[in-house]
Amino acid sequence: MKYKVNEKGYYGDFGGAYIPEMLYPNVEELRQNYLKIIDDAGFQKEFHQLLKDYVGRPSPLYLAKRLSEKYGANIFLKREDLNHTGAHKINNTIGQILLAEKLGKKRIIAETGAGQHGVATATVCALRNLECVIYMGEVDIERQAPNVARMKMLGAKVVPASSGSKTLKDATNEAMRDWINNPVDTHYIIGSVVGPHPYPDMVAIFQSIISEETKKQLLEQTGSDQPDYVLACVGGGSNAMGMFYHFMDDENVKLVAVEAAGRGVSSGFSAATTYLGKEGVLHGSRSILMQTNDGQVVEPHSVSAGLDYPGIGPQHAHLFKTGRGQYVSITDEESLDAGLLLTQLEGIIPAIESAHALAHLGKMQFKGGENVVVCLSGRGDKDLDTYIKYFNL
Amino acid sequence: MNRIKELFEKKKNILSIYYTAGYPNISDTIEIAELLEKHGADMLEIGFPYSDPVADGPVIQASSKQSLDQGMTLKVLFEQLKDLRKHVKIPVLLMGYVNPVLQFGVENFCNACAEVGVDGCIVPDLPMVEYEEFYKGCFEEHNLSNVFLITPQTADERIHKIDGLTNGFIYLLSSSATTGKNLEVGDTTAQYFGRIKAMNLKNPTMIGFGISDRKTFDKACSYANGAIIGTAFVKAIENGNLEESVSNFMKEFKG
Ligand SMILES: Cc1ncc(COP(=O)(O)O)c(C=O)c1O
Repeated sequence: MKYKVNEKGYYGDFGGAYIPEMLYPNVEELRQNYLKIIDDAGFQKEFHQLLKDYVGRPSPLYLAKRLSEKYGANIFLKREDLNHTGAHKINNTIGQILLAEKLGKKRIIAETGAGQHGVATATVCALRNLECVIYMGEVDIERQAPNVARMKMLGAKVVPASSGSKTLKDATNEAMRDWINNPVDTHYIIGSVVGPHPYPDMVAIFQSIISEETKKQLLEQTGSDQPDYVLACVGGGSNAMGMFYHFMDDENVKLVAVEAAGRGVSSGFSAATTYLGKEGVLHGSRSILMQTNDGQVVEPHSVSAGLDYPGIGPQHAHLFKTGRGQYVSITDEESLDAGLLLTQLEGIIPAIESAHALAHLGKMQFKGGENVVVCLSGRGDKDLDTYIKYFNL
Repeated sequence: MNRIKELFEKKKNILSIYYTAGYPNISDTIEIAELLEKHGADMLEIGFPYSDPVADGPVIQASSKQSLDQGMTLKVLFEQLKDLRKHVKIPVLLMGYVNPVLQFGVENFCNACAEVGVDGCIVPDLPMVEYEEFYKGCFEEHNLSNVFLITPQTADERIHKIDGLTNGFIYLLSSSATTGKNLEVGDTTAQYFGRIKAMNLKNPTMIGFGISDRKTFDKACSYANGAIIGTAFVKAIENGNLEESVSNFMKEFKG
């Protein structure tokens, strides 16, 4: 348990709750209640029932034969892309909507980058009949049009964030402002393992179903629940944390987190946070973020909207600093190529976010026979425009 | 003796004005301070801009961005404030978010504040526990007041704790809101202000967020030791001649 959150809300040097007083009552209410609510047997039953019947869990762990042949290792794909709404994000929104109900909240807000978290939030709001407002950067609204349409069809109000880089970071600012202005009846469903304590822990708990299932499936398929490597892409880090969660204390399982290098880590158009960032405070927690010497947040770049974020969750910062996790980065082009490769070898079109994790396989050295699990965090339907333009299809 | 304490001891209905450093032009910081003192402000809150000001509304956000685009940093600001005390006598606080302070270094920041004659700070996203553990010693050593915010949702117990930790004044938010909204004192707000007054805190209180003119200022003063104007002032100096816009803005507060 040495990588888990402590009673003060910290992971080593990272975490905490750096929030203005206006948010204190909301965050404190969550902090005092989240574990009690989540641990309740009735909550667990309802959560798992919905994951099974509504989301379609457990998601398969698929041994990708042709990909394995290509890289000379046993490559298993954890198929979060097959979840209802097409990504891992729904695991968290199901958990948080049930929690919001227990807290008596009537109105839900969320930020979204790729639109996957927005869709997953709008979906559970439709399911539970709650008012839903989604903040999304103007740039992302443009490049993820199908998801915007889905959110609207699901009954959510989509509000464009037009400040700063007009992407995920700015959508998060707007959602926080909304929460400040609506302190009593609103729950903010943060979409990743970021934000003030207890969000990073709460989201990690809801996403930990990914590694919980993976362990069982690996045991069945390989006779051991310990792979050599687990890989996942990192925007804020929720699919990666879900994938790492039950392996964190198995020190012989190597954890590999793949960030977006954008046009290259030194190009000035990158989102490779651990490479370019320094310790600081963003969106309510102390972590690692891309910033100037003066502490101004630097605008990130990635072809994938879901990774276009200048920070990472505090638990990732801790895994990085302690060396427990290996943090690498993949460029826009490398990820798109890896997306096409998976499509042609396995008949699976991955989200460009997930394709970052796949691309790193090509940079690893295998002896042969290693078991490697890649979290396929989402499907590529939302990214067809980008793929089509890049490959001139 | 701390200038803030002195002010509250000798004066009622204190008018404090917030403005963003380096806005509208990067070199305006000191001139605005001088003009505000000349035209009757009792205290100043100079905002050091941040790229992601989540507690602020669109007006202060936009002024922060403009200032940053013009090259403002904490280093530049302290350079501009080097001769602050040759220009203004009233208390001056710096207001901004915690990350720039962290990068500047807490110790360096406190030193620089003390050197130029800044009297206190307001850092809305610096939590009380962090302040107590990592900042308080340094702030007190440099005779800097740290001002905390409270809202209608802040519990009594927490207000007492804040009152014990601070030694300047307490910043009462008229409602839970980002900056730039209008003060409306309905029954619940009046009740909240009344509740705070009845607590007999050791620190004076100032009401902020939503104060824009004489009417809202006077109303706020009936519940607290004074009030703070931010957004309305920042809006007023957006264009045109500074001397004129400051004196026009301050006119209605005279007398
Ligand atoms: C498919 C997919 N993968 C990954 C991410 C990145 O988020 P996180 O790092 O929290 O998993 C997103 C975010 O939108 C996504 O849609």
